[in-house]
Amino acid sequence: MSDRTLPISDSAGALGERWAGGRLGAGLSLRDCRPTRRRVWRDRRNKALVILAVLITLLPVGMILYHITSKGLKTMDWEFLTSPMPLSFRRAGGGFLNALVGTVIMVGLAAAVSVPLGIMAAVYLVEYGKRNWLAKVIRFFSDVMTGVPSVFVGLFVYTALVVQFGFGALMGAASLAIIMLPIIVRSTEEMLKLVPQELKDASLALGAAKWQTVVKVVLPSAAPGIATGVMLAVARAAGETAPLILTALGSYQLTAKLWGEPMSALTLAIFDGARNPFAAGQARAWAGALELLLIVLVCTIVARVIASRSRIKR
Amino acid sequence: MRSSPVAPPAGTWRRRGVGRWADSLFALFAALSGVLILLTLAYMVISTTGTALPVFGSQGLAFVTSSEWSPKNGKFGALAFIYGTFTTSVIALIIAVPLSLGVSLFLTEYSPRRLKGPIGYAVDLLAAVPSVIYGLWGVFVLLPLFLQPAADFLAKYLGFIPIFKGPPSGISYFGAGVILAIMIIPIISSLCREVFATVPDDERQAAYALGATKWEMIREVVLARGRAGVISAVMLGLGRALGETIAVALLIGSKVSIDASILKPGYSMAAVIANQFQEATGEHIRALVGIGVVLFAITIVINMAARALAWRFSRP
Repeated sequence: MSDRTLPISDSAGALGERWAGGRLGAGLSLRDCRPTRRRVWRDRRNKALVILAVLITLLPVGMILYHITSKGLKTMDWEFLTSPMPLSFRRAGGGFLNALVGTVIMVGLAAAVSVPLGIMAAVYLVEYGKRNWLAKVIRFFSDVMTGVPSVFVGLFVYTALVVQFGFGALMGAASLAIIMLPIIVRSTEEMLKLVPQELKDASLALGAAKWQTVVKVVLPSAAPGIATGVMLAVARAAGETAPLILTALGSYQLTAKLWGEPMSALTLAIFDGARNPFAAGQARAWAGALELLLIVLVCTIVARVIASRSRIKR
Repeated sequence: MRSSPVAPPAGTWRRRGVGRWADSLFALFAALSGVLILLTLAYMVISTTGTALPVFGSQGLAFVTSSEWSPKNGKFGALAFIYGTFTTSVIALIIAVPLSLGVSLFLTEYSPRRLKGPIGYAVDLLAAVPSVIYGLWGVFVLLPLFLQPAADFLAKYLGFIPIFKGPPSGISYFGAGVILAIMIIPIISSLCREVFATVPDDERQAAYALGATKWEMIREVVLARGRAGVISAVMLGLGRALGETIAVALLIGSKVSIDASILKPGYSMAAVIANQFQEATGEHIRALVGIGVVLFAITIVINMAARALAWRFSRP
């Protein structure tokens, strides 16, 4: 069979032979080329399996949303949102205000550090580095950094900072910033690459310096895409538990002190609630989970909305 | 820097004052931000390895070959944790890979247009849920509802196979593996979806023209074309599963032992760090940091291999 011109693969001839049932001889009719019953059956079975896989996967999605909402709403009230944790897991009432404040402070601090640094690093990769070796190395290792287990980041901040300065919000924020940084660098880089060269040329032709072009033309036109990446990084940081155990430690107190005192976070409070055997503590953990899930989902949805409204798209 | 299409006459439009330095300062600041990433990563390795070095020294190879872990007696053998990490991750892959392939094939090949968006969003939603919520849900909902009954079932009917030997516990390698599977499905399936979407339509049509059924087309064109991408996606999912901490800590049972049966409680590297850190002192802390270093090394190797693979095959 002369099939070498077909683009699919070297074995295309053999496949055609099998699929057409080796009946490509003289007197060929379409009826002869119909797949055998066995092949039709296998086709249907595999389609059913694929659909089954989708249904199995959708099951936990629905269950998690349902259980977190229904169990969380039982304890979620004004008191939960506005009061700190009671000192015992046995006692009912109270809430996660201290944990919410902790999450907001630490994620906020982490974003304040990692967003400008990440954006500048991406600007270097796209506008200055292009294809030189330094840019390649940075790109590769920021990819590597996204794969670092978050608990290891916590260990690092512990050995580098906590040993000297003690547990606290700043240490927690440092670990979150390290987790957010590579996410922001890579997503910003993707967006900056999409800014049309004509736009930059126009700005340069009007006499703007390179830095003015970057600040006033490149970054604003990529802003929605950058914001999307930042929101996703914030959502990821707000959901981190392991690094905070090693850096912020967790606390029952409502505090805004940035160092010298351990700080709680929503994830830490939920983790403690899930580990203890008392119903009151567990009930608060469910409400905390609902609170955290809402924060994370709002960030994710805002990110999607910004992305879909952006004029520059992937 | 890219030269302007029309070069200004030398000297006439030269910037004065601060403006003269602004450009190079900006470039320098940008480069420094990039270099800071490298420095952070390097310092991460140095600082943690430095802290763990005394333990590596005193324990020697026993640190990774012994499973005796008794901080009181100064014995630190992490083999049970390494075993638990790999066992749970392998269970997670066995469950997650077929499901992820199914989801991504459905979304790229089978799904009617109307369903594509909603189902895609729903699966991506799994990726946004924080791991502590998976842990909470796993312990209080999935355990009584599915994990314990499934473990009982496996032990009852397949108990003659050593890996399913009873008495069964839902809080086990198996339970942790199932939760990990749910967590890595969105990662593997979104990467696979991208890979399958790049398969040219011509080749699909060519397979049909040769008389292939839909499934034969998928197997010989979509899966064959995307093999490298799928392997790379699976490895990235594995990297995530190895480093996952909180959900595993809540569901693996926190027992320092190596058991052939996946229905028995065990321990994982990340879980032991999260569980024991708050009570640890001195040498014990160094040992936990040492476990972190080993975990880091393993995940880095797997991630780099996955990226190298993706990079090699992404070029035409």
